[in-house]
Amino acid sequence: MGAQLRLLRRRIKSVKSTAKITRAQELIASSKIVKAQQRMHAALPYEREITRAVSGVLSNTGSIDHPLTVAKDNPTRAAVLIVTSDGGFCGGFNANVLREAEALRGLLEERGIQATPYVSGRKGVTWHSFRGREMGGQWTGFSRSPAYADAKAIAGTLIEAFKDENGIDEIHIVSTEFVSMLTQNVVVKRILPLEVVEAEPTAEQKIPPYFEFEPTAGEVLNSLLPRYVESRIFTALLQSAASEEAARRRAMKSATDNANELIKRFTQEMNQARQAEITQEISEIVGGANALADAAAGKE
Amino acid sequence: MVIAKTVDGEIGIMPEHAPVLGVLVEGGVLQVKRGSDQEDLVAAVHGGFISVAENEVSILAEQAELGSEVDVAAARDALQRAMASVDADSENAEAAIEAKRARARLRAAGEEV
Repeated sequence: MGAQLRLLRRRIKSVKSTAKITRAQELIASSKIVKAQQRMHAALPYEREITRAVSGVLSNTGSIDHPLTVAKDNPTRAAVLIVTSDGGFCGGFNANVLREAEALRGLLEERGIQATPYVSGRKGVTWHSFRGREMGGQWTGFSRSPAYADAKAIAGTLIEAFKDENGIDEIHIVSTEFVSMLTQNVVVKRILPLEVVEAEPTAEQKIPPYFEFEPTAGEVLNSLLPRYVESRIFTALLQSAASEEAARRRAMKSATDNANELIKRFTQEMNQARQAEITQEISEIVGGANALADAAAGKE
Repeated sequence: MVIAKTVDGEIGIMPEHAPVLGVLVEGGVLQVKRGSDQEDLVAAVHGGFISVAENEVSILAEQAELGSEVDVAAARDALQRAMASVDADSENAEAAIEAKRARARLRAAGEEV
């Protein structure tokens, strides 16, 4: 067997095992998207209700100045929560988020605001620590299936920093929004100071009813607003998890296709090399036999 | 009729109740009485809010469990563990909350505590 033939066989074997891995990853991601989507949908009613409750309270009580709803006059520091994934193998998923976060950082600095990154997901944390950027907080280990407690931990840190007089004045969040299996968009939102966005304003929507509060409006708001922030962060984490799996599935599918393409090409090349070797062998044998026959004929 | 426990005390909501937004206590039990022809719905609700508007009651809770879904043995176990840590250290707030939650789960399951 020629050296070229052996080389090609080895490459085909290695590409085949790579294809097996990427194919398995693709299948795993496909099954996980469904789960992630279900979790996303399960969290929707809670978010809708809490948004309704918050807008109900705020429209009833214009007089209450809650620290979480008041925008500071001269914001100087902002927190940017960046939601990335823990694992790789998901194409440009993290790169897209980080690029958007850098753009936001630039925008904030133009306004004279110093941006502190708060990072969730191992990829984002590595990205920041590699560049020597100081992080306000970092969370890892749950990007594929975030629990409410994770969102709570993040929200707790951010709200603490926001309430602190010398802390941050604004909180932004950069994450990936899951639109469909094929479309995921990176979105940038400001979550604090609060801009209450009504979920889906419809034609027959009435003015929010006049609520009674138990015990008082201020106290309801006190415990409602942190929950609202948690819920917003939780939604972002869930959407990011679903998007991550979708991005991974797409990346792994193109990797598998690519590997199959390579296998096909290498197999063809290998067959060609093998055929050339056989042809050469035959012509050598024929040539040898002819030479022998000629020699025998010459003797007689 | 919906009965819930807010930080001010128990609140019962009948049809046509005025809009209310209340803060629920940690480890409360929520009851939905559905009339004589249907069984009552009981759930353990840990923290959160009750909001009543336009004849609709929504309960927003960080954690909740239907009484029928409570694992009684596990809840009893959790209660005993939490009580033990409270006995050992009376200022252990986490264990106290844990005990409250376990009690609420047992009460929601219709067990005596």
